[in-house]
Amino acid sequence: MIKRVLFRNRLLPYLLILPEVLIVFVFFYWPSAKALFWSFTLEPPFGGFAQWVGLDNFRELFSSPEYYESAGITLIFAFWTTFISMGLALLLAIFVDRVIRGLVVYRTVLMWPYAVAAPAAAVAFQFIFQPGVGFFAFLNDIWPGIWDPNIVGADAMLMVIIAASWKSITYNFIFFLAGLQAIPRTFVEAAALDGAGPIRRFVTIVFPLLSPTFFFLLVINVTDSFTEGFGIINVMTQGGPGGATNILVYKIYQDGFIGLDLSGSSAQSVVLMALVVLLTFVQFKWIERRIHYAE
Amino acid sequence: MERKTLTAAAVLGLLAVGLAMPVEAKTKINLWYGLKGYLGKQVMKVCERFNAAQDEYEIVCTGKGNYDQALQAGIAAYRAKKHPHILQGVETATATLMLSGAIYPAHQLMADAGYDVDWSDYIGSIMSYYASSDGKLYSFPFNSSTPVMYYNIDMYEKAGIAGPAETWEQFEENLRTLKTSGVACPIAFSTYLWVHLEQFSYMHGEPISTRNNGFDGLDAELVFNKTSYVKHVERLKRWYDEKLGSYAKELFGVGTRESFATGKCGHYFGSIASHGTVLKSAKMKWNVAPLPHNEGVTPNNTVVGGASFWIMKGFDEADYKGVAAFFDFIRSVESQEFWSTVTGYVPTTRSGYDGLVAKGFYKQEQYAGREVAIESLARTPPTPLSRGLRLGYFRQIKKIIGDELEQMLAGKKTAQEALDNAVKRGNEQLRRFEKQYQGQSLP
Repeated sequence: MIKRVLFRNRLLPYLLILPEVLIVFVFFYWPSAKALFWSFTLEPPFGGFAQWVGLDNFRELFSSPEYYESAGITLIFAFWTTFISMGLALLLAIFVDRVIRGLVVYRTVLMWPYAVAAPAAAVAFQFIFQPGVGFFAFLNDIWPGIWDPNIVGADAMLMVIIAASWKSITYNFIFFLAGLQAIPRTFVEAAALDGAGPIRRFVTIVFPLLSPTFFFLLVINVTDSFTEGFGIINVMTQGGPGGATNILVYKIYQDGFIGLDLSGSSAQSVVLMALVVLLTFVQFKWIERRIHYAE
Repeated sequence: MERKTLTAAAVLGLLAVGLAMPVEAKTKINLWYGLKGYLGKQVMKVCERFNAAQDEYEIVCTGKGNYDQALQAGIAAYRAKKHPHILQGVETATATLMLSGAIYPAHQLMADAGYDVDWSDYIGSIMSYYASSDGKLYSFPFNSSTPVMYYNIDMYEKAGIAGPAETWEQFEENLRTLKTSGVACPIAFSTYLWVHLEQFSYMHGEPISTRNNGFDGLDAELVFNKTSYVKHVERLKRWYDEKLGSYAKELFGVGTRESFATGKCGHYFGSIASHGTVLKSAKMKWNVAPLPHNEGVTPNNTVVGGASFWIMKGFDEADYKGVAAFFDFIRSVESQEFWSTVTGYVPTTRSGYDGLVAKGFYKQEQYAGREVAIESLARTPPTPLSRGLRLGYFRQIKKIIGDELEQMLAGKKTAQEALDNAVKRGNEQLRRFEKQYQGQSLP
């Protein structure tokens, strides 16, 4: 049964939605429109006359090898953070779902990291991964020079992927757990009586019923990893070493705010926005078809 | 009833504030700076000293984070027309600020406010960085420093090294000697471009870019991939490969300075401004020496780094009188003496320096060594290749060079390949800057 709310006053619904629209307008539509405009001009840092340069900014972007490199790095970062954080979250949720005693404790403790701000988490992980005195320094005691995120790009990448995954595991965990607990016990019990083992039960019953949650989280995680890696990377690597963790969103910040190239960075954000929209579209078009939504 | 009383109270309160305002109306001058921690606190003290010294103006100084953040804040505020009178600008932003159209030139301000300033009193290599090509000061040098070599005397004595090296060749030998004597970390280093590219090129009289390091026009092109800087970069790579030191990045909390000051590493190259900070934490015997140079070269002067105060447009004459009074105050011998004593930054004028010498400042044990900085700044009169850099988007270019050098250290590129690519990418930035300010030229 669906509840319908009817407003007698015709103006009221618009008034109620106005604050939200205003916020979205001020923080999204207006800056986006401005970025779109700037991407076709050369905007001086302190304002003043901006030349119209047509597609020059985009042409420069697409002829720069560093830009493609950054796009590749972004894909690697997005794939692994999504994979690790969703995989581990699902595993944890399955375990917690089977716990009978102390459920509240586990649930609460596992949710905490979500409340930690990204830069704070990044500072903590920086201590852990510090090659000289951090927790990982023991690796260098055994094999000198094996762990050096200061210089070795792959080490730095691994480090930010772990930090970013840790941060989003909890968010995914909450949704997975809620999804699991919404699955009627009777289905699983019936399958068990028919002789299906836990893995079989998961593959044929639990996972298909969980797929709407899974799809929702996939879209959110991929989009997030394109944009939210900023907090972690800004603190831990600042895009380094040698640009090895310079994901697109960090490059936008670096070029625009530190480098003061407002137009070049606007062009990049327009491209990134288009990319995220495209990716979400792809996910809806091809993956959502396989999703089974319960009535 | 209650609401009425509250309203009445509020109205009365507002009236009271309104009436109280005109009394004691000092002209307020806003200043935004980009120094944090200990140095930020000392800037505040300079402001307090100005407020205590006169009662016509009140300077309100606000810390805006680091240099990058202060510049960002200044830009955002200028666009919203809520900018301060004075903005501290890092030296790498000089070209951007000069062409911003938002700046009231320093020499103009002082002339308009009726001050007769003896500009020749400013130390040449400090002045030249912030002056137009015809020698007129555009911003006021404030926190000025130059890099020196910090070395650990205890380690030298143990390894039998007589004194600090004058040449890079000897320096490298010293690192090896320290290593064989059992020092695990002879040097804490990074690709620090201010030392290893900029000062290195100035000292050796080699260009970083054409057009006299950009001073003669916006069409300058980077050329540091064709100078002896290539060999110097290979040297850094050797230090890294032979594990002659630890590559330390500020990002990981333990930068080069901390590594030296805790006695872990034998050397580091850094600003003289850190002299006070090292002094506070170092438990060993240490001193500073001028930066080394290549064998067979007579070195030029080094160049100033740090930041200067820029005056922003858009205020009335009365306000600018206050701004001028502030600058007249900070260039006074007393104020410079205070600032140099508490921080380690060098005085910006000859009279400021002479004042310190006359007081026997450099003879006091805890400040001994600080004269090394001013001696290296004044070693020779600035030549066209040792008066600084005037390159657009230089902050971004530095980032590019740093990235390329890290790729070299990681073994992905040779020194020549890394620098060739840095020059190519850097030139793209310069061309972008030139296009941005088409039809304009540097003052």
